[in-house]
Amino acid sequence: MPVSRRAEARARRPINRDSIIREWPETGLILFHSPFDPRPQVSVENGRITRLDGKGEGDFDSIDRFIARYAIDPARAEEGMALDSLAIARMLVDVNVPRAAVARIFTGLTPAKIMDVVSRLNVVEMMVALQKMRARRTPANQAHVTNRKENPALLAADAAEAVERGFAELETTVGVSRYAPLSAMAILIGSQAGRGSALTQCAVEEALGLRLALLGLTSYAETLSVYGTESAFRDGDDTPWSKAFLASAYASRGIKVRFTSGTGSEALMGHSEGKSMIYLETRCLMAIKGAGSQGVQNGSISCIALPESLPGGVRGVLAENLIAALLDLEVASGNDAMASHSEIRKAAKLMLQFLPGTDFIFSGYSLMPREDNLFGGGNFDGEDLDDYNILQRDMLADGGVRPACEDEILEARRRGAQAVQAVFDELGLPPVSNEEVETAVHARSSADMPDRDVVADLRGAEEFLSQGRNGVDIVRALARRGFPEIARKVLAIQKLRVSGDYLQTAAVVLPDGRVVSALNDPNEYQGPGTGYQLSPEREQEIASVPQARDPRAERCAVPSAQGARLEPAGEARPGNDPREIVIAVGPAFGAELDSTLLGLLHEDVLEALTAGIRQEGCSPRLVKIRATSDCGFIGYTGAQLSGSGIAIGIQSKGTVVIHRKDLEPLNNLELFPQAPNLTLASYRVIGRNAAKYAKGEAVLPVPVEIDNMARLKYIVDATLMHLRETGQVVAGAAPLELRLPLGCTEGGPGHER
Amino acid sequence: MSAEKLFTAADYPLAEKHPYAPRTPSGLTLDQITLDAVMAGRVQIEDLRVTPEVLEWQAQMAESAGRSQLAENLRRAAELAVIPADKILAIYQALRPGRATREVLYCTADELESCYGAKRCARFVRDAADAMRR
Repeated sequence: MPVSRRAEARARRPINRDSIIREWPETGLILFHSPFDPRPQVSVENGRITRLDGKGEGDFDSIDRFIARYAIDPARAEEGMALDSLAIARMLVDVNVPRAAVARIFTGLTPAKIMDVVSRLNVVEMMVALQKMRARRTPANQAHVTNRKENPALLAADAAEAVERGFAELETTVGVSRYAPLSAMAILIGSQAGRGSALTQCAVEEALGLRLALLGLTSYAETLSVYGTESAFRDGDDTPWSKAFLASAYASRGIKVRFTSGTGSEALMGHSEGKSMIYLETRCLMAIKGAGSQGVQNGSISCIALPESLPGGVRGVLAENLIAALLDLEVASGNDAMASHSEIRKAAKLMLQFLPGTDFIFSGYSLMPREDNLFGGGNFDGEDLDDYNILQRDMLADGGVRPACEDEILEARRRGAQAVQAVFDELGLPPVSNEEVETAVHARSSADMPDRDVVADLRGAEEFLSQGRNGVDIVRALARRGFPEIARKVLAIQKLRVSGDYLQTAAVVLPDGRVVSALNDPNEYQGPGTGYQLSPEREQEIASVPQARDPRAERCAVPSAQGARLEPAGEARPGNDPREIVIAVGPAFGAELDSTLLGLLHEDVLEALTAGIRQEGCSPRLVKIRATSDCGFIGYTGAQLSGSGIAIGIQSKGTVVIHRKDLEPLNNLELFPQAPNLTLASYRVIGRNAAKYAKGEAVLPVPVEIDNMARLKYIVDATLMHLRETGQVVAGAAPLELRLPLGCTEGGPGHER
Repeated sequence: MSAEKLFTAADYPLAEKHPYAPRTPSGLTLDQITLDAVMAGRVQIEDLRVTPEVLEWQAQMAESAGRSQLAENLRRAAELAVIPADKILAIYQALRPGRATREVLYCTADELESCYGAKRCARFVRDAADAMRR
């Protein structure tokens, strides 16, 4: 069937490259309430849960069993389950019900009940609830730091930049897993090279991940994935017990851990059992809770495009973040994989976590351009950082990032790269050249970096591990090579394992090694004026993006020397020459201001106008209006003085009106409100048209180009110029006669055109 | 800290509220872990580890904030803190699907209990074995 050209244009839009499908509950391709989901149910006998969501104990699968035994408090289950789902849903958005009271109810609910409660909320209500229920009061953010060439100097520089920009956690991963110790070391060093501090992790296979952490090369882990069905769990090569045991293993060495889950993984693996994504994700989250994890990374994560293909997908992903918070878990809320081809859709999706704030808004904001992101690209990447800063500034929302100026960033990048160069040399690893360091400071991506000897690097990495090199060796190497500050900060990170403070829920580390978590920075939101508030300093920081100009410093200087000042010649009197056209200029024209918004010199504009007037055989007369800066009134006042009754009113910024003395002040013959669209040629035609009106001839209105962006581009400058002009207004002052500048007199250059 | 008084959120963070309480397995306090001490060889990677005692305090603080499962995890961790990493990794491997029989897991649990006094971990591994019965 033929389609319209508009439909063709829409078909080419990025949104139409996204996959959009209908629900198919039998395969788990549905967000909430699959017909195969169980109904909420619980039975407790002798302090033990014997029935869970439609199944008796004898029919429990391993996940049911784990949840029944470890995740639900039998003492609270019957009471909680007896509450009406809608009533609980309303508590989530009721500012008079404290977070702790809600969290207590959720210790006794089953997965089906939790889904039923959360499904009652619309997106805005979920956001309100997330703002109230996240664990830590102050939101934070996590960055991805990787590159295709696994170049350590670039990794360190990017890590340093990420911390300079305020990211509280950095995650790297590797293309070749044997690179892991070097990459982990590079971001550890980089993370401490600037003024800030961050926790770091390296996403690799579980045993290697644990080993890196034991060696002090990473300070946390988040790769402990869980699934909502037994068969998906088995394909993931784990059970709830093995994952829980691994979590205890990390904690036994004083290392922070969070789990990973997300909607869509079971359907993708073909093991949904026909259950809805949110029901299965709730099971995951309850298994995580039962395992005793302090937190989770969720929000569909790498599966994001699957829920997004379905109705309510983006809402569902918000719901999973919310459920994690309701279970009192730290939430690193996804946004770490490409969610759409459409920039509109990507940003809209982000708002659902960004506006309420979460413990970590991204579980990986790609610090680099996405081609260097070995995780497959974040929903936002390095080239979107200015957008992100402006979003924070627009909403005055704390997105966990600080706008940093380029000098600070380059300095931090250089320190990071130099420190990693020194440590490589000190520890006998393959050299990092000065060229690599310098290139890393300024590089856009690893494509700019020289290639390294991969064989030598991998051999070095293997020796590094086999010799048991570790965080303390790095501290020593840094100190020996003249980086005592970085050495102290890396040591502060190593010391976190001794106090165990950062094992508590939603912990982050401050530059001096102090730990902030849900215990000493608890979210106690209870409506406006409570919970997290931007401090005046943080608000100032968010507002101070490097590109912010000071409007007081703009266009306030004396006019440039180029523009001639127009000379007054006494008070203006009404004229009587019927061929006279008055050009009435604003109070700053050719004086405090000397050019239009577009940058046309006022004298050139006058030359064009007078040339047009003369071309039609009329004579221009120049008058300065002092009592008003309004374009309509300037033209109207000019028309009262004009022998022909026709005047051209022009403001300093270049906005023009053709007026006639019998019209109401704000009426006109022609108005050209968008000065940036007016060229000298247009001003000349305006002059001709004014003259034609005076002669009583038929007039074709001046054709003006349409630029949709003109207002967007110029409105700030227009405001500033107009403020300047209005500042020159003298109430009640009479209009002044002005001498025409040289180029505008008869026989002047303008006349020849 | 006396045995009667439990740590609560008010004691957190330990490094600030009780700076001399956490010690490394070798007995160093936090203020003794300095760059000078590292350079003088008085601090090794093995020193930079949490002890069962500190994990118990952290468990108490988590519990005081209503986080009983996190507390339980930290108490399992306290038991594991004295067990060599290789041993822990071997137990983890055994718990993964299809790696060990139920009987092997029961033996592992017994060993955890008898060799290391790791009662909670033993109970947990036994439960994992019981879950395999079906």
